[in-house]
Amino acid sequence: MLKYDLVVIGGGPAGMAAALKARECGVQKIIILERAATLGGILEQCIHTGFGLHYFGEELSGPEYAYRFIEELKKTDIEVKVDTMVTDILPDNVIVATNNTDGVMQIQATAIILAMGCRERPRGALDMPGSRAAGVMTAGTAQKYVNIDGYMPGKKIVILGSGDIGLIMARRMTLEGAKVEMVCELMPYSGGLTRNIVQCLDDMGIPLKLSCTVVKTHGLERLEGVTIANVDENRRPIPGTEQYVECDTLLLSVGLIPENELTRMAGIVIDPITSGAIVDEYRQTSRPGIFACGNVLQVHDLVDYVTQESQIAGEGAAKYILSGGKNNEYAENTIRVKAESGVRYVVPQNINRSTDKDVKIYFRVADVYKDTSVVVTCGDEVIYKRKKRKLAPGEMENVAIKLDDIAKLSENEITVKLEV
Amino acid sequence: MIKEMVCVSCPIGCMLTVELNDNNEVISVKGNTCKRGEQYAVDECTNPVRMLTSTVRVNGGVLPVVPVKTAKPIPKGKMFDCMEVINNTVVDAPIRMGDVLITNICDTGVDIVATNED
Repeated sequence: MLKYDLVVIGGGPAGMAAALKARECGVQKIIILERAATLGGILEQCIHTGFGLHYFGEELSGPEYAYRFIEELKKTDIEVKVDTMVTDILPDNVIVATNNTDGVMQIQATAIILAMGCRERPRGALDMPGSRAAGVMTAGTAQKYVNIDGYMPGKKIVILGSGDIGLIMARRMTLEGAKVEMVCELMPYSGGLTRNIVQCLDDMGIPLKLSCTVVKTHGLERLEGVTIANVDENRRPIPGTEQYVECDTLLLSVGLIPENELTRMAGIVIDPITSGAIVDEYRQTSRPGIFACGNVLQVHDLVDYVTQESQIAGEGAAKYILSGGKNNEYAENTIRVKAESGVRYVVPQNINRSTDKDVKIYFRVADVYKDTSVVVTCGDEVIYKRKKRKLAPGEMENVAIKLDDIAKLSENEITVKLEV
Repeated sequence: MIKEMVCVSCPIGCMLTVELNDNNEVISVKGNTCKRGEQYAVDECTNPVRMLTSTVRVNGGVLPVVPVKTAKPIPKGKMFDCMEVINNTVVDAPIRMGDVLITNICDTGVDIVATNED
C-alpha cells in the first residue's frame, strides 16, 4: 500500500493552498489527487477578473490565480496525480483511488484534506415541466463551452437564477454576440455579488426580473422558448402573469452544492444548512485526521477566502500529523457556535477552548438587512458587536473572536446573531 | 449633486456616495473602504472604464482558445469594438502566461495579454 503523511483530495484552489500550507508547516510526504486533467479546478474556466484582490492585492483572472499556486507547487516535491478519481475513504484513513495508469490503488494517509469543491444544481433538481430539448444547461457548463472549448452554445439566451456564474455568463455571452433576453430570479433579491449586477447586467443593458421564474420550457429537439411567471411571497407562480419568451438556450444559475459524496461515505457528520462537514477551528471534521476546506465545506463567494480557509486546514492537518496523529481531546473542551435570528449558518461550528489562535467565524445571513448589528453572545454576555450598513445572503461575512476571549468564555456555547 | 453607486473594483462592492459640483467634478467620496473606491468613483463620473476579458483562438495548442484580458481597464464604450478585434485574431501555440497577443487594441493604448498557457 502507498503511504503518505497527507493526501489532499482535489487540486483546485482549496487543495493547492492546503497542500502548500501543510508543506510550509513541515509535513514531508504530500500527494494531491485531482479528477480533472489539470490542476486549478473551476478557476481554469473563470476567465473574468476579480480574483486575488484580498490575497495578492491585485486583480487577477481565474487562470492567473490558479497559475500562481501551480507554480508554487512545482517548486516543491509535493506529488500530484491528475485524471485520478477517489472512490472511497476506508476506516483508518485509507483512500481508494483509480486512474488509467495505476489502476485501483489504496493509499494509507496519516491525515486527509477534503477539497472536492462544489457543483451546480442541475435542471433535474428544479421540477421544471417541458421536454428534454437541447439548449438547457447550467451556466458553468456554458462557461466551459465558451471559455475552454471555444464555441457558443446559443444565440438567444434566458438565464434562470442570478447567482454569480449566471451574471458572469450574461456578460460573457453578450460580449460574444448573443442576445441575453433577461435574468429571472425567484427570490426578491439577487443571489450574486452587487458588483456583478452592476458590471454584468447594468453595463450590458440586461433586465433582472426579481420574484420571477421559468415555469415551462418549449421545443422538442432544440429549445424554442420558455414561459416565465411572477411568483408570490411563497415563491409560487401567480396565475395570469405567464409570459412567453423566445430563446434557444436556457442557462441555470440556481445554486451550488458542495460535493460531499466521499464525506458521507466516510461517515463524517454533515451540517444540514451548509451541506458541508461540521468542523472545528482548524477545519477538522468529526473523523480524526480528516479535514475539509473550500467549497466542499461551504460555498464561498471569493476564491481569496477559499485560500485562507484552506491554509487553516493545511495548518491543522500539519499539527495533527506532526503531533503523531493524536487527536486533541475536544469533546469536553468544545465550544459550540450557534447561528440565530437572521444568521443562517456558521463555520466553524466548533471551537476548541484551548485553541492557540484568534478564530474567525464565517457566516451568511438569511435575508437582506440594512443598518443592523452583528452580535456574538455567550450566555447574557456580549463578546462582539459591530454595526453593518448592509447584509445580504449573497455575501459571506465574518467575525473575529480573540484568543483571550475564547479562553474566558463563561459557557460552552456562543451564538452569532443579528440585532436589527 | 449626490450620486450613489456600487464600487466594482473588487467583489466587496462598497456602496459609494459621491458628491459632485455643478461642473460634474467630484468633491467627495464616502463609503469606500480602500483607495480604489475613490478612484472608481472619479472614473465612473468622468470616464467609466472596465477590465475586458475574453478568449483568443489558438493554432496548434492543446485547447482551441486561450483566455486573455486587457492589461489595464479600457473605456466602457469601447468594449464591443475591442471584442471584434479579439474575435478576428488567431495566434500560434505555444502561448505563455502574460504574452502580449494584441498591442494597443482600438487605440486605447492598452494591450491584450494571455492569462493562461496553451
